[in-house]
Amino acid sequence: MEHIISVRDLCVHFTVRKKGKTMFSPREKTVVRALDGVSFDIAPGEFVGYIGPNGAGKSTTIKCLSGILTPTGGHIAVLGRVPWEERVRHVADIGVVFGQRTQLWWDLPVEDSFELLRDIYKLDRGEYERTKARLVEAIDIGELLRTPVRQLSLGQRMRCDLVASLLHRPKILFLDEPTIGLDAVSKLNMRGFVKELNEKEGTTVLLTTHDMDDVETLCRRLLLIGHGKKLMDGTVDDLRRMAGTKRVLKATVGEGKVTLPAGAVLTAHEGRRIEVAFDPEALPADKLVLHLASTAGLTDMQVVAAPLDETVAALYRRMAEVEA
Amino acid sequence: MESIKTYFLLALADLRSQMQHKASFVLGAVGNFCATIIDFLGIWTLFASFGALDGWTLAQIAVLYGVINLSFSIAEAVGRGFDLFAGMVKSGDFDRVLLRLRGTLFQVLSSRLELTRLGRFAQGAGVLILGIAAQPQGMSAGQLGLLLLCILGGVALFLGLLMMQAALCFWTVESLEAFNVLTYGGVTMAGYPLSVYRSWFRRFFLYVVPLGCLNYLPAAVLFGKDLPYPAFTAYLAPVAGGLFLLLGALVWQLGVRHYRSAGA
Repeated sequence: MEHIISVRDLCVHFTVRKKGKTMFSPREKTVVRALDGVSFDIAPGEFVGYIGPNGAGKSTTIKCLSGILTPTGGHIAVLGRVPWEERVRHVADIGVVFGQRTQLWWDLPVEDSFELLRDIYKLDRGEYERTKARLVEAIDIGELLRTPVRQLSLGQRMRCDLVASLLHRPKILFLDEPTIGLDAVSKLNMRGFVKELNEKEGTTVLLTTHDMDDVETLCRRLLLIGHGKKLMDGTVDDLRRMAGTKRVLKATVGEGKVTLPAGAVLTAHEGRRIEVAFDPEALPADKLVLHLASTAGLTDMQVVAAPLDETVAALYRRMAEVEA
Repeated sequence: MESIKTYFLLALADLRSQMQHKASFVLGAVGNFCATIIDFLGIWTLFASFGALDGWTLAQIAVLYGVINLSFSIAEAVGRGFDLFAGMVKSGDFDRVLLRLRGTLFQVLSSRLELTRLGRFAQGAGVLILGIAAQPQGMSAGQLGLLLLCILGGVALFLGLLMMQAALCFWTVESLEAFNVLTYGGVTMAGYPLSVYRSWFRRFFLYVVPLGCLNYLPAAVLFGKDLPYPAFTAYLAPVAGGLFLLLGALVWQLGVRHYRSAGA
């Protein structure tokens, strides 16, 4: 099979009814295009980041791919099946983790939830025990197994949820903001595990996130969507190029006022330290450095790649302006 | 068979969470018993002043009342998940149901087993046993079998109603009180012989929501009342409950389809 996931012209339109002014005045109907003709393919074993500003249509896409939502138009094939037509067979092959919602039983110890899932997914006892033992060790939740879910911290719960989504050994894993609200250590653990799962087991992963560190460390490929349309399909570098601000010059300058050549943006200014964002294709580094050296003096300097967070923030702002 | 095992595993898991609040559980069951027995005490008082109702004795009415209350208590206990379903849609937990490898009806059904409804079950069973014991000529095994069939049919019918009520949540999450008229109202209505009501009302509960087929028709034949129907219909009537359940399941599937295309 060449593509494990294939999406063509996916459209999801919601009709939103606004209440009229009085009880009897007609209600206004507006059609919201949550997804408006999105197409992409994913090959087996890929690790794809699915990003875009809030309300871009990320979760809607995940819902369509996991069979929860029937789209208004377009076509999806996951492992050759149409998710919403063969829901039950489809869910046997996918794992889904929603960062904001648990799929464990709130009042039960973690292990009991796993047992129930074993039964729901009709898993063979021996194979289930082996998979569970492996996952419990890899994600290090051994001491949590007898704890009721409601007593877990967010990070602990996320780890348990991840194990729960993998007990039936799905071929595809959908992660919807899995690192939201996690502390630094939990994030690193989570990333390390998912990376290993993708590399060693060949599990195909589609990840939606707002955490650009997730994207940078994990995703070899990115899909950017906004206002229901696909805006980019490429690598992290492609995203940087698209956003324009590719480099940041961190410098310590002399006393006095700092002036900048056209195309450079002052992003931080603290005492004698400044940070300047620029795009080397529009403003070559030598011009910027010469300008600063001749106008303000340069004591120290360092050029780094722009943090992806800022790059994406700038990109989202531009997208919002275009819309407005 | 395998699904039945899974049902009990899931329902037991739910019971274990409920049992974390034991006092609340016991009070719930006792309260349910007390609240429902008052209904029958009301009927009793009625008989104390009038003696008979449209030719039916207190013992005969007790059978009508017992059958319908037993049915309703079982359906309520088993189908409580449908009663609580609006919350499941609002919280988005229904998405989780759609992500799992089982039918949606099965998962909602097994999400809750409400044993506090044992209160109504106990009083319904008590009244039914007293009613059967008080029949002057006794009851044969065949007649008792028919009553059992009626109870099963009743469980099916009430489950069908609960499914329809839950399915409405897919379209509107507001005011499902209207359905209580059919469930709670239906139980109270069917505690009396259908013949005391006006004809449009009788027809509604025979042909639209066929509660009358589950206790009144069979009981009327058992107790030798005059009916415009042949006697064998009494034995067929409980099947109406099963048909109604199928209708409920159909409405449910329509609701799920709507939910999945509208995203609610």
